[in-house]
Amino acid sequence: MSIPMEFYLVVSTIMFFTGVYGFITRHNMLAILMSLELILNAVNVNFVVFNRFLFPGQMEGMFFSIFSIGVAAAETAVAIAIIINVFRNMKKIDTSEVKNMKY
Amino acid sequence: MNIDAILLMRTEFLLVFQIIFLIIYDLFASKSGRKGLDVVACSLFIISTVIGFFPATTGSAFGGMFVADAMNGVFKSVLNIGVILVFLQSKTWLNNEYTEHKKAEVYILIISTLLGMDLMISSGHFLMFYIGLELASLPLAGLIAYNKYSSESVEAGAKFILMAAFSSGMLLFGISLLYGSTGEAGLYFDTMRNVIAPRSLQLLGMVFFLSGLAFKISLVPFHLWTADVYQGAPTNITAFLSVVSKGAAVFALMVVLYKVFANLFDYWEYIIYGLVVVTITVGNLFAMRQHNMKRFLAFSSISQAGYIMLGMLAGTPAGMSSVVYYILVYTVSNVGIFAVVSILENKSGKHDIGDYSGLYKTNPKLSVAMMLFLFSLAGIPPFAGFFSKFFIFMAAAQMSYYVLVFVALVNTVISLYYYLLVVKAMFITPNDEPIAYVKTDFSSKLGLAICLSGTLLLGIVSYFYSYIQQFAYGLF
Repeated sequence: MSIPMEFYLVVSTIMFFTGVYGFITRHNMLAILMSLELILNAVNVNFVVFNRFLFPGQMEGMFFSIFSIGVAAAETAVAIAIIINVFRNMKKIDTSEVKNMKY
Repeated sequence: MNIDAILLMRTEFLLVFQIIFLIIYDLFASKSGRKGLDVVACSLFIISTVIGFFPATTGSAFGGMFVADAMNGVFKSVLNIGVILVFLQSKTWLNNEYTEHKKAEVYILIISTLLGMDLMISSGHFLMFYIGLELASLPLAGLIAYNKYSSESVEAGAKFILMAAFSSGMLLFGISLLYGSTGEAGLYFDTMRNVIAPRSLQLLGMVFFLSGLAFKISLVPFHLWTADVYQGAPTNITAFLSVVSKGAAVFALMVVLYKVFANLFDYWEYIIYGLVVVTITVGNLFAMRQHNMKRFLAFSSISQAGYIMLGMLAGTPAGMSSVVYYILVYTVSNVGIFAVVSILENKSGKHDIGDYSGLYKTNPKLSVAMMLFLFSLAGIPPFAGFFSKFFIFMAAAQMSYYVLVFVALVNTVISLYYYLLVVKAMFITPNDEPIAYVKTDFSSKLGLAICLSGTLLLGIVSYFYSYIQQFAYGLF
């Protein structure tokens, strides 16, 4: 007995919107970064599931998710480097305290 | 891979060559050789820009993933011109004692960003599009956080990278939904165009995609990062962000909307309609209350993005050529303003509008140049900005968006007010301690001269618009 496609899609949608929620509500920059990872991984799940269930004859979704994993890693590397630099300059990475520039 | 594919991708290959060359040059050059790095980088880039103007072969490479047509070449040339102007004005900034040892990084990162933009513009497949988009935004975060010891710069960098990653996540989610509903033939633009239909999953995918790109163009509900990032980033990088990065995102969005989502025009028409109204109005209203010059220019560029989207909405060849023309004109005037701001900032460290009071007494040439650029942005007749706005309005009015054109016209009048506030500060407001006389170096002067001649000539000489027009294509 195999799990139908909709189940996977529900999981990925929940992951995506948890990520969006976390991005908006978290105050720690690293936690925001984790939420971003959640968003990107939801997308990967989507791609793989669509490919596996709907278009088993091709590999496009798989390739897309591989590229997206790679790019997400690069993105995290840059973001963490910048966050470390924020910490060096201000001794804090809480978004409610990193606010030199505001309206 | 044969010689034809290399010729198709000549702009990209030239950029890759420049990146590698600059890395090696930076590693092995002697101390005196490193002094010439700016000149070498600039002249290499100018050569590659000139090569870009020669008529190119059209076609597609990598099985349709990379598409080169004549319009893409025009897009790339416009972006190249913007990058040249940014290079010319950033020489003084780069040669101060804090950044002198790592100045090659700026050139390398800017060129890699440009490479990403070029790939994004001429992509024929969503995978290529996504990789180009990421290549265009990751190095940019490094550039924004370039001033390692300035807390504002790193704060701006953190804000930018988080927002960029979030927006590309949204965009990617949209692409994944599109893949699920139209994926049989793959994610190629020309095959997707035929299978796309107004079904709910595809509409949802389109909305996610649009909002992801709207972050990059900083249209209004997605604009909140713009002012902070523009203020915190080094001034020359802000110029790059506001002109080249925004322009590339606009071109990419235009290509995708015209090529892929043409069948859904009835739906994205309303989305863009709303975005235009809100973007122009909110950008204008917030620009009025800014005191920092860079924040002010951030909001001004937000409202300019609204005008650009207005031209895109028309969906005709005239709309497309007016958008490209508008971005060209906006490039020369906005980079010109940023050049003046950065010249003054390098010397005095001041960038508040209030600090510019009485500037005309001490720096008459710079203030006159700045005034002309501001007039061009505001759209006062003899300058190029008037003609670009006129073409945009004409393209939109031809498709009978009369209400929208009226809103945009009212907003043009409002924008005149705040652009003139800066002019008034420079020429009329008395000040006991204006910014002292600043000596402008040669490369900034050259950049300013190009910008000035651009603002004066682009509108009057009709050659430029008709050159762009011959390649433009519309929605249908």
